[in-house]
This record gives sequence, C-alpha cells and structure tokens, in this order.
Amino acid sequence: MKYLSLVWAALFRRKTRTFFTLLSVLAAFLLFGLLDSVRTAFAVASNSVAAADRLITVSKISFTLSLPKSLYTRIQTEPGVADVTYANWFGGIYQDPKNFFPSMAVADNYFDLHPEWQLPGEQRKAFHDMRTGAVVGASLAEKYHWKIGDKIPLQATMFPQKDRSNVWTFDLVGIYHVDDPNLRGQESNFFINWDYFDEARSLGNGTVGWYVVKLADRNRADQVAGEIDALSGDSDHETKTQSEQAFTAALMGQFADVGLIVGAIMGAVFFTLVLLTGNTMAQAVRERIPELAVLKTLGFTNRTVLALVLSESVLLLVLGGAVGLGIAGLIVDAVRTSLPAMGPTAPMVPVGVAIWLQGLGLMILVGLIVGALPAVRGMRLRIVDALSGR
Amino acid sequence: MKFVRKLGTAATMLVATIVPVVLLLAAPWWVLATALAGLAGWLALTRLGRQTGSIVLVGVATLVQRLGSSSVVVVGIAGVVGVLVALLAMAAGFEATLRQTGTDDTAIVLRAGAQTETNSVVDHDSAQIISEAPQVLKNAQGQPIASPELVVVANLPKRSNGMDANVELRGVGERAWELHPNVRMTAGRKFQPGMRELIAGKSAHEQFAGLDVGSTLKLNGQIWNVVGIFDSGDSHNSEVWGDTAVVGATYRRGSSTTSINVRLIDAGSFDAFKAALASDPRLQVDVMTTRDYYNRQSESLSREIRILGTTVAVIMAIGAVFGALNTMYAAVAARTREIATLRAIGFRGVPVIVSVLLETMLLALLGGVMGAALTWAIFDNFTASTLGTNFSQVVFSFKVSPLLLWSGLKWALAIGFVGGLFPALRAARMPVTAGLREL
Amino acid sequence: MGALVEIRNLSKVYERGKERIEVLHHVNLDIEQGGFVALMGPSGSGKTTLLNLIGGLDSPSEGTLSVAGRRIERLGEDALARWRASNVGFVFQFYNLLPMLTAQKNVELPLLLTRLSAAQRKRKATIALQLVGLGNRAQHKPSELSGGQQQRVAIARALVSDPTLLVCDEPTGDLDRQSATDILTLLQQLNRDHGKTIVMVTHDPKAAEYASHTLHLDKGSLVETPELAHA
Repeated sequence: MKYLSLVWAALFRRKTRTFFTLLSVLAAFLLFGLLDSVRTAFAVASNSVAAADRLITVSKISFTLSLPKSLYTRIQTEPGVADVTYANWFGGIYQDPKNFFPSMAVADNYFDLHPEWQLPGEQRKAFHDMRTGAVVGASLAEKYHWKIGDKIPLQATMFPQKDRSNVWTFDLVGIYHVDDPNLRGQESNFFINWDYFDEARSLGNGTVGWYVVKLADRNRADQVAGEIDALSGDSDHETKTQSEQAFTAALMGQFADVGLIVGAIMGAVFFTLVLLTGNTMAQAVRERIPELAVLKTLGFTNRTVLALVLSESVLLLVLGGAVGLGIAGLIVDAVRTSLPAMGPTAPMVPVGVAIWLQGLGLMILVGLIVGALPAVRGMRLRIVDALSGR
Repeated sequence: MKFVRKLGTAATMLVATIVPVVLLLAAPWWVLATALAGLAGWLALTRLGRQTGSIVLVGVATLVQRLGSSSVVVVGIAGVVGVLVALLAMAAGFEATLRQTGTDDTAIVLRAGAQTETNSVVDHDSAQIISEAPQVLKNAQGQPIASPELVVVANLPKRSNGMDANVELRGVGERAWELHPNVRMTAGRKFQPGMRELIAGKSAHEQFAGLDVGSTLKLNGQIWNVVGIFDSGDSHNSEVWGDTAVVGATYRRGSSTTSINVRLIDAGSFDAFKAALASDPRLQVDVMTTRDYYNRQSESLSREIRILGTTVAVIMAIGAVFGALNTMYAAVAARTREIATLRAIGFRGVPVIVSVLLETMLLALLGGVMGAALTWAIFDNFTASTLGTNFSQVVFSFKVSPLLLWSGLKWALAIGFVGGLFPALRAARMPVTAGLREL
Repeated sequence: MGALVEIRNLSKVYERGKERIEVLHHVNLDIEQGGFVALMGPSGSGKTTLLNLIGGLDSPSEGTLSVAGRRIERLGEDALARWRASNVGFVFQFYNLLPMLTAQKNVELPLLLTRLSAAQRKRKATIALQLVGLGNRAQHKPSELSGGQQQRVAIARALVSDPTLLVCDEPTGDLDRQSATDILTLLQQLNRDHGKTIVMVTHDPKAAEYASHTLHLDKGSLVETPELAHA
C-alpha cells in the first residue's frame, strides 16, 4: 500500500498520454459491459432456482402446435409429478404492433408453479373470480401506466372471438413482481384466464399450447419426462417433455449463437486493447529506465521493481475498466427503463456482480499481460549501464 | 476571461472536428474523389504542397522505426472497420435474402390482423372467392394462378450442433410452380399431389439433418418421404414444401390454409385487387404485395442488427481515436527536433500540419483496408441462420458489398482525421526555439 | 583503528564480445571511518568503476571488498540491494531525482524499504531536508528547484536512512561555481560535524580540496600509495 503513491505518480507522469490510454481502456470495457449484459440475458433466460424443478411439455412437431387438454389429468396422475398446469399463447397487441409483449392464457394454478412471480394473495383471488381478469408484470404496468381496475383492450392476431371481433377487453386485477434482477425480463408478461379464453375463442377450443410440470424430485427429471412423453407416444399429438432450462436454451439457441458473436467482437476489441496499452506501457517504461535504476541504487530489489511496473499496468487497466463498466451499467439501466420500443423486453440484464467479477478478472489479466515484458525489462536492467545511459 | 477564451477555443475545436467528419461520412463518392484529386494536385503542383509531400515522405521512411506505435493506429482502426462491416453485412444479407423473395406483381392475402403467415387462417371458401378475383392472372388453361398455402413448423436436428430447431414447412397449391417460376429442382423430383412427399429448399437441406433425398420424416405420427431438393434463389430456400391438402390433413387443419398467394395480371392491378377484396363483405383479409410482406419480415431484425453494429463501432472508434492521438502526439514529440529544424529552415506551418494529418490518415487508411479485407475474406457469403418471424430458421448469407467496404474506409479516414488533427496543430504551434533546444 | 572500507586486490574486467577490457587492476585500498576521500583521474581511469564497486552497484571480477566488516564482493543482486538500502547513500552528477515526486517524497523513497510508518517516514525526511537547508521547499517538485537545490535534495535522500557510507559521483559536475561551493561545503560539514564517511569521484581539483584525502587513478591502478586518512 505504501508503494501505491509511487505507482500512482509513475502512472500520471505523462498526464495526457495516460488520460488518452485510460479513455481507450474505458471504451473497451464499456463495450464489454454492454455486450456481456446481452449475452448473459440469452444465457440465463431461465436459470432461476424454481425453474430447476420444472419441465415443459410441448408438441413434438413444434411448440406452435396445440395439445389436447385431456392430457392434463393423465399427467397429473403420473408418479413423480408434484403439480401440473397449462397455458396457451394469446399473441395480443396493445395499440401498435411495435408494442410487443408476451400475452398468455393460463390455468388457475399457473402461479403456483411459478413462485418467482410474486402476486399478492387478494389479487390472485380476484384473478380467479373475474373471468375477464388480467395479471401483468410490474415492468409492463409501469411502462404503459396501467393501474388495477383499468380496462385494457388487446387486438388478437391469432384468435378472433366467436363474434368475429378482433378486440378482447380485460380488467386489470393484479400486478406481479420479480425480485431477482437477472430475471427482471420476466416482469413483462400479460396473463389472462384460460377458461374465458377457451370459451370465447372461435378456433382450437379444448386445446392448450403447453404444460408446465413441477417435479416431486428434481433428480428424476429425465425419467418423469420420458414417462410423460410415453403417454402420447404414437398418437396424433406426440409430445416432447424436457427441463425448462433445456427448452429455453434450445429456443434461444435458434435465434443466434449470441455467445459466439459477442465473443468474436470482444476478441477483436481486447486484441486491439492489448496492443494499445502494451505500446503505452512499453513506452512509459522505456522512458523511465534511468529512474528505475535509481530505485535500484536505493536498494529496491529486482522483484520489487518488477512488482512496481506490473502494479502500474494493472492499475491503468483497472482504473479505466472500472469507469467503463460503471458507465455500461448506467446505460443498461437507462435503456431498460426508458427506451419505448425495447424497454422491459430488451435482452439485457443489469450489470451485476457476475459481470463485474468477470470484468475485473479481465482487467487484471490484461494488465499483467501488458505489463509483463516492460516489467521484466525493468527488473533485468543493469544499474550501471542504465545510469550511464547505455 | 481566460476560462471563456478556453471555452471558445474548445468549442471551435469541437466544430472543426465534427463538421469535416460528418461531411466525410455523408458525402457521396464522387465528392470525395474530387477532393482527393484536388489534394493530389495541390501536393504535386503548389510549393506548399510539395513541401508537405517531402515531409510526408520523410515521415513514411522513418515509419519502420516507429513500427510499434504505428501498428496501434493501424490495428485499432482495422478492428473498428472489421467489426462494423461484419455486422452491417449480417444485416444486409438477412435483408437481401428476404427482400428478393417478393415481387410487385404477386400478392399475399392473410386473415385481417394477422401479422405473419403463422398467425393467419384463411378458410376454403374465402380462398375460392379470392382466387376468382378478376385481377388474378389466368394461365393457358384458364385457371387462376393462385396457391393456397399452409405454413406450419416442424422440428428437426441441425447439422451443426445436433440440437432441434424449427424448420418452416409450407404446403403449396397446384399452381405454385407458376407462381414461383424461379424454382428449379437440383436433385430428385417434385412431390406428387396427394402424396406424403416433401421437397427441401437448398438452405434447409444444408442446415438440417434428415432432408436428403430418400430420407423419411415422421410428422404427427405419419411418415413422409423427401423426394427432391429445390433452389428458389430467395428465402424459400429455408423451407420444406409439400402438398397443401396433405399437410393440412397431417396437421389437422381441415381445408383451411394460412394464406393465399396469387399472381396478378401486372403490378398495376394491385390496387384494384386490394379494393375488390376490401369491399367484399364475405372477406376479412389483409392484402399486400409479396415484396411488401417480405420487406416487413426483415425490417425489425435488420434494423436491430444495424443499431448494434453502429453502436459497437462507435464505441470502438472512440477507443481507436484515443489510441491514434496517443501515437501521433508521441510521434510529433519524437520528431520535435526535425520539425523545429524544418521550421527554422523556412517550412511554414501549413506543410507541417498537413503532413502530420496526411500521415495519420494514411495509417488509418491502411488499417481500414486491412480490416475491410479481413472481413471480406472471412465473412463474405458466410451463411448463418436465425429465427424468422414464422418461428422457424431463415438461412441467409453475409453480404459484404462494395458500398459497405467503402463505408468502412470512410470511417477509417474519419478516425484518422480526428486522431491526427490535434497532434498536427500541436506540431505547428511548437515554438521553434524550444524545439531546437532539444538538440 | 580498523578501516571502514577494506579493498584487497580488486579487479574489474568487462567483456564486450571477444574483447576483454580490464578497467581496474588489482587495487588495494583502505578508507577510514569518518574519512572524506576524493578519487581523481582522467576519463577511462576506472574511478567511476571503483566507486560503483564500493557502493555495491556492481560486483568485482577478482579480489575482496569489505565494508564495516562485511564482505560484499560475492553477494547476489538481491542481497546487494538489501545491503545498499541500509549501508550506502548515493549522490549523482545529474541528481537523479524522480521528477513526478515532490522533494519530500523523493527524500522518503529509501524509507519505503523499511518498516517505518508513514508518519515516521515523513518526520525523518523533514529532518533530512532541514539538515541540508531546504526545509521550506519540501513540497516543490524537482522542476521547480535550481540545480544546487536539487542536489541538496539528493544529498538529503542519501542521508535519510543514516547510511554507513556516502558515495558521490561528480556531485558538482553540473553546477555553477557558487552552487558547487555550497554543495562541497555541505559535504564537508556532514563529514566534520556529523562524522559521515564520504567517497567522492571528481575531475575538479578545486573540489578535491574539500576532501581530507585525494587518491589518483590511472588506467585502472592507483598512482599513489594509500595512506590512512586522519579524521
């Protein structure tokens, strides 16, 4: 610690040069923060603790195909199944197709299987009692300034009502919250009652989109999944049951190999960063060889000189990187709360502890890489030669 | 007072930087070509220009000594250009694939309110009425060229990672071949109407396992045979086709379909066609030219990719600018003696400024060319796929067009300009005596 | 009276490629505690090399060298560094202060290698600066000080950890006449009033007059026989 002021003074010897380098480091880690936020969103889409106990059952042909509701009682009686619920995609639009959010018709006990969506008891009851009731996520309600008691019309894209009208009107009776900041993206769902939906729609009555199964013992996930699928084997509605994690991963994977794209971009960015800061450090140390020699005359050991140079490069990276990550965090928060088109459904997680730890690790690693050669050079200098300028 | 003056200088600097950059990025190529020609002329013909030229040559000759720091500029800018062009090529490729799928003289009819085919349902009677509209072109046998189509999704493992993904299965009507004259079979044969036979689009065949000629698929408990591979030159290459009626039976849709595609007499008849359908009380439909429809499908995704690409490139560019500033300030400092001597001899300020600027922009241009070349070599025609609006895989190729490469080079020059301007000014304002004292 | 510095048969050979350059030839020398010795000689005589060896900046090729009873000729780099920290203070021709630190921080540098607390370091540095007459310039950076003042800061730095030996390489080489006189007077004061043993290399005979004893080197050997320096 007592060497900190020495390292700091050395770093800011050439203020302008250090300042510019810091800004480049800042830019690199700003990008890292933003891109990693997107990458994590795709990766943790369904990694909540509760999800580990759930299976999703959809039609084997494709999840856009419906399943008969009769499967419900048959799945329920399967050993290993603690609870089961069902839902259907509704696909409603609020005012403008650009205002996209997921809307689903769900069974009464849907919230039982999703404890991570916190809904107050009396709102649950209101949802149960009112056929035309709707429960929405807090982020969605905030975005459109909906309050309990509002009447919300949705335009159906897939399910016109029996009376051929395209507009379904719902009464907002509940707003649910999600605590885990990484899962905040799930606070944008719009839920309606399946019974009302099935009764009023003109197509596909008596069918559901998917089943959600709660496992009694999560270690038996594979067996239970196999047994559920066996219920419909060789019928005209073959099912595919898998863990919720696997299902979401497969869905996300179809969109793009986001990890690969982000990795490639960050690879290019860090390559240039290493080159840039490496150059700066090499220059800085080259200029300071005589000073390092003086330190050695005073009795600083070779190892200490090595450590001083390495500390300098790590400090350079950490200073610039921390500010860059901080700004990234601010930007992500701003985008998620204010941008009208994307807003709550933007595929970004807040820049939390995980991303910070990764970022700090990278800063230290790059700092060490970049400082290695100059540090060794400083360590190896021969005092007599360096002092005489050779 | 001093603060106000400083503020004024800063503001002037900001304007002096931003205006040329914006002009550079926005200018059409012939403006820049003219400017370049003008510059070449100035360098060769005027006295100041020739002075500048000789300084630049000296700078270039000593570049080898400053390889390390020069490479910072080159590589930094190569990175920016590479990433920018790659991401924009992704958006352009996706857009192009979908865009060329539609034409102005074919129309697609969906249920009112459905945004995509998967959301749409058109019953058999409506399909009849629509195909009998007078604006629909009739073939030699007097039949209207209309194809009632049923778009559904099937699950197949991808060749790349073995994981299941959605492939679009399109049931097409008998007249489909006349509607899509650009479709040619590259292997096997067309499916026979009434049979459980499929033909796979070229891209679908490349993406998914199990679509070779002769393979069988199990759809909803029924066995289907793959009998051919086709190439349509557009986004239909990501699809698998079969007979509408048979697909409808397998997916238990009865006789209804998701859409009707018709060929109009000509592009001009579209308005009349749309009006005719709108005024018919038996129909509740949305009508678009296929060009419009497919354009819309690609809009939001390509816009998002473009925003991503530009944002990433801007941030990288900022990093590159500061890298360039560092390098060029150091270069100017290292050549203080040179520059002071030149000025003592009689070289004026302008040649010094312009030479530093030119040197930086040359380095930047080199970086831009490297980045563009690398991206072109790796990514041009690179195929990728993503989830389209029909919840199934759409295959497209990255399109590294000359226009895109040119954009990349312009960015490189802009970064070089900003990174070189301030060091250049510093070089020109350095007091001659201070520089000579360094001797 | 045992000598503080005992040098026996000291030689230094540099090998540049195939060439062997013998810079010092079998030098024998004693320096008494409390002595102020000037080393003079033409350039290439080996005086700076001898100084570097005495100061532990380099190791000899042959011979023995002991300071305050400790043999240092075979010490490794790290051991030499530790030895230097507590035994030697250096004063260079070009001061060699760290430009980005204040005078105070420059003087505190050697103390970073000790276990002293920040407050203790600050106190010692202040005392050292006052000793050289620069107590009121503690917060100035080297660029804000004249040559003579910078050299005095360097001397304060050399003194701050109370070393056995002060080693000076052309301390007045870069100074004007007045400043040089001031510095030499200071060194003499440190030697007479505070008992500091000083070894100084110089090419200026006037500077050598301030020392109590002068040795001459030529082509790597001492020209005069060494005498015991009297305090």
